[in-house]
Amino acid sequence: MASKVIHAIYTDDDLLLQAVKQVRDARYHIAEIYSPFPVHGLDKAMGLEPTRLAIASFLYGLVGMSVAILMMNFIMISDWPQDIGGKPSFSFLQNLPAFVPIIFELTVFFAAHLMVITFYMRSKLWPFKAAENPDVRTTDDHFLMEIDAANHSVEDLSKFLYDTGALEIKLIEN
Amino acid sequence: MYTLSSRLKLTAIIFMIVGAIGLVYAFIAAPDTIEDVKEMMAADAHHGSEEVAVVENDVHLANPEHSEDEHIIAEDHEGEEAHGETTHGDEAGHDNEHYEHLLHQLQNKPWAAVYIAAFFFFMIALGTMAFYAIQQAAQAGWSPVLFRVMEGITAYLLPGSIIMFVLLALSGFHFNHLFIWMDPEVVAHDEIIQNKTAYLNVPFLLIRAAIYIAGWNIFRYLLRRNSLRLDEATDDRLHKTNFKLAAGFLVFFLVSESMMSWDWIMSVDPHWFSTLFGWYVFASMIVSAVTVIALVTIYLKSRGFLEYVNDSHIHDLAKFMFGFSIFWTYLWFSQFMLIWYSNIPEEVTYFITRIDDYTLPFFGMVVMNFVFPVLLLMNSDYKRINLFVIMAGIIILCGHYMDIFVMIMPATVGESWFIGIPEISALLLFAGLFVFVVFSGLTKAPLLPKRNPFIKESKHFHY
Repeated sequence: MASKVIHAIYTDDDLLLQAVKQVRDARYHIAEIYSPFPVHGLDKAMGLEPTRLAIASFLYGLVGMSVAILMMNFIMISDWPQDIGGKPSFSFLQNLPAFVPIIFELTVFFAAHLMVITFYMRSKLWPFKAAENPDVRTTDDHFLMEIDAANHSVEDLSKFLYDTGALEIKLIEN
Repeated sequence: MYTLSSRLKLTAIIFMIVGAIGLVYAFIAAPDTIEDVKEMMAADAHHGSEEVAVVENDVHLANPEHSEDEHIIAEDHEGEEAHGETTHGDEAGHDNEHYEHLLHQLQNKPWAAVYIAAFFFFMIALGTMAFYAIQQAAQAGWSPVLFRVMEGITAYLLPGSIIMFVLLALSGFHFNHLFIWMDPEVVAHDEIIQNKTAYLNVPFLLIRAAIYIAGWNIFRYLLRRNSLRLDEATDDRLHKTNFKLAAGFLVFFLVSESMMSWDWIMSVDPHWFSTLFGWYVFASMIVSAVTVIALVTIYLKSRGFLEYVNDSHIHDLAKFMFGFSIFWTYLWFSQFMLIWYSNIPEEVTYFITRIDDYTLPFFGMVVMNFVFPVLLLMNSDYKRINLFVIMAGIIILCGHYMDIFVMIMPATVGESWFIGIPEISALLLFAGLFVFVVFSGLTKAPLLPKRNPFIKESKHFHY
């Protein structure tokens, strides 16, 4: 079944925020919003779930910490406990201060890089990916709201959007 | 306008009285002669044998027949002093030396307890002053609703710093033995201290202390006065004056705080030195100060006095608690790891005595000052929950008391430390005084600045 969506273009972020609230109050479903820059409070107005990226990052940090501890313990303590400049290599705890810089760096390294990669994967970003931009102006100075029109009268919806201050309203059928 | 509730006032006064009684008892209970020490040891036999064994080891190290290095390692000042008077190798003389050593430590105990508690609360007031000046100089938009809270906490700066000065003067006039470099007999036998007497001498120490104290209090007085006058003013000229004063204070503070940490804390170990010590003490100071600001704010808010403070302000304070806790740990570890790694004998004794005799406080404070705040305050939602901020705050404050404890105690009472009546009484006495002075200070002015140029932004601050 062909889906019908309406593209409403705004030129002001305050107007956009106001429109988002009105559209949600009227129980229309916003499929997507394209904006040239982050609009403060847009995610709250749209009712998007908060991100869990920070939690993922914390867990990645724990992984990095474990990798560093296991690695240093294996190399410096169990595999070949040499006397290097009189450092006590009898147990991990005895030589811990010397390992802390590495543990710290690896924790940060894992937390940062794996989080970024998670972000790319979750937002489906990679080199040579075809851009999903419905209108080139949205990367410059226009805001575009995409609304499902499937179960609504296109006429009413267009009228409603016009009243919220939309500059252009387009019906897209595909 | 805040009014001091009678319950809070009564609690503070009870704290002060109980603390004062405990301290009087502690000073009376401290032994006067070697015979008293022997009696105490006999009464406490099972503990006594252990203590004597430790002391034996200590004096052994201080024996001048050993190399100069070991002499320094023991850092056994009282032992050294005793050595000048007794014959070496004589068993009875050695025995008396143990007890004389122990006597000095036990006599130092109540003094050290008072000194630590006095410094701990004084540093909270000074750290708050620094934080306040940073907020003014940085033109922070979120914090003006908290300015009067910070000003209230800095009310303790004057009494706190005067108490510190009196304690230093008492040490200088030989009422106690906290600073071994103030003892001419010790200096006479100690070349390392002799070479430092140009800086470490009592008149110069007191002059320096007077300069720092005068500087901090004058800046505090002017900033507070201008802040109150700004409420009545018709233009923002006083705001600019305060901006300049705050910037000037920060310059003065950085220099004076660093020197204060050498004079008041590092000099209890005159054989040891560390370059980042000033920063390390500062980190302790600022994190305790931010914690106290947060706790007082939450208390006043819960009593309904801070209308415009919302959970975003608490969130910001909790972020500072979190960040400065990590900053403290960074400096603690940097200082420890550099000395541990190079293991140079004259530097590393500082940590050897602490790890051997203060194992639990030394490592326990890292857990309290780092692990707890990191786990409790990492979550953004938890920083908005008062209960979490209060819990983390109490742990941080206990941790930084332990921090000061581990800085002062090993050099003054050595292995005879214990957190008993003297320590807890001193803490109660100064906690009561601090609460009384701070909350009386808060009653003196409205809790919301009227004409601060950033006050509107601060009222609507939302994160």
